[in-house]
Amino acid sequence: MSSGRCAACRYLRRRCTQDCILSPYFPSNNPQRFASVHRIYGASNVTKLLQRLPTHLRAEAADSLYFEAQCRLEDPVYGCVGLIFLLQQQIHSAESQLIKTQAEIAVMKSQTQHPRTQPFPAISGSNNLLLQQSDNDANLSFSNQVSFGFI
Amino acid sequence: MASSSSSLSNSPCAACKFLRRKCQPECVFAPYFPPDQPQKFVNVHKVFGASNVTKLLNELHPSQREDAVNSLAYEADMRLRDPVYGCVGVISLLQHQLRQLQMDLSCAKSELSKYQSLGITGHAGLIAAAAAATATTHQNLGINLIGSGGGGGGGGREHHFHHHQFFPRDHHHHHQQQMLMSFDAGSNCDANLLAMNVSSGIGQLSQFQSPRAAAGDDRRTIHPS
Repeated sequence: MSSGRCAACRYLRRRCTQDCILSPYFPSNNPQRFASVHRIYGASNVTKLLQRLPTHLRAEAADSLYFEAQCRLEDPVYGCVGLIFLLQQQIHSAESQLIKTQAEIAVMKSQTQHPRTQPFPAISGSNNLLLQQSDNDANLSFSNQVSFGFI
Repeated sequence: MASSSSSLSNSPCAACKFLRRKCQPECVFAPYFPPDQPQKFVNVHKVFGASNVTKLLNELHPSQREDAVNSLAYEADMRLRDPVYGCVGVISLLQHQLRQLQMDLSCAKSELSKYQSLGITGHAGLIAAAAAATATTHQNLGINLIGSGGGGGGGGREHHFHHHQFFPRDHHHHHQQQMLMSFDAGSNCDANLLAMNVSSGIGQLSQFQSPRAAAGDDRRTIHPS
């Protein structure tokens, strides 16, 4: 074990010390993981990022860095932001479908309860689901702001 | 200054200003890091490093570079705001929202199909069925994550996701999960059936496309049931 270097130190061709900060998160059996992260962030940036975190959060951070690095390597233009766009589009589409379906249900219910007198009632405020969904539109566009026009 | 554009004036771009170097006419950063947006480059440099960004940009066609820089700036901003999860935290939240919506949609379609199959008549039996369906739909309004006790994820309900899925298991993101739970309309549809529909619909995180491709081609997109 003393001669076993972690993937990071092996990649960087340096000695892997006992207190190597990268070794728990870049084991030697997965060299590609560090290679990806190094290519996008660089070893020193990764080290600095992890050093700033408490130990119990570093594994999650390393995993997320790896994921983002992989996304960027697969899509050099948008990286994981492409996935965010995609999810937002799909959320919007699902919302629209849900609202439409709920409206249809409201019509059906109304026709069931009043089959001859009110064939096409207005959608009333009794449909709480509709109101809840539209109220929460603001929450669904995530609060961290996607627009790129920030300073 | 005659012009606010860094390419016309002698003002160095935000990158060269930060790096304290002369901003050459052919500076790769200048078109994308104007001097009036210094924080943009600061963030990108902190997370990715100037040399890595240069390499990334040099591998792209010039027409793609602006989008690339903006997405890098966004990722960098997210990483600085959330050093543990960065953009992955956002992706997790959005996936959760999408999953909830898909379950709600599935329930709604199921309810709709009940009405459609019964037909619209004045029968008392129909009225009773409608009343029962209404009671079922509304009984779980409010906090209701199907198959879950709520709280920070990371439990068995994530098994159906690809291994690259991230759920903030830690209490660090518990408040974000609570925010999501509060909008859930809730339903009483069969949890297992819905979980199967949702897992087959969401697919793998790696099967994404760039926004331009995604807009025109949904072959690999997540399709709400």
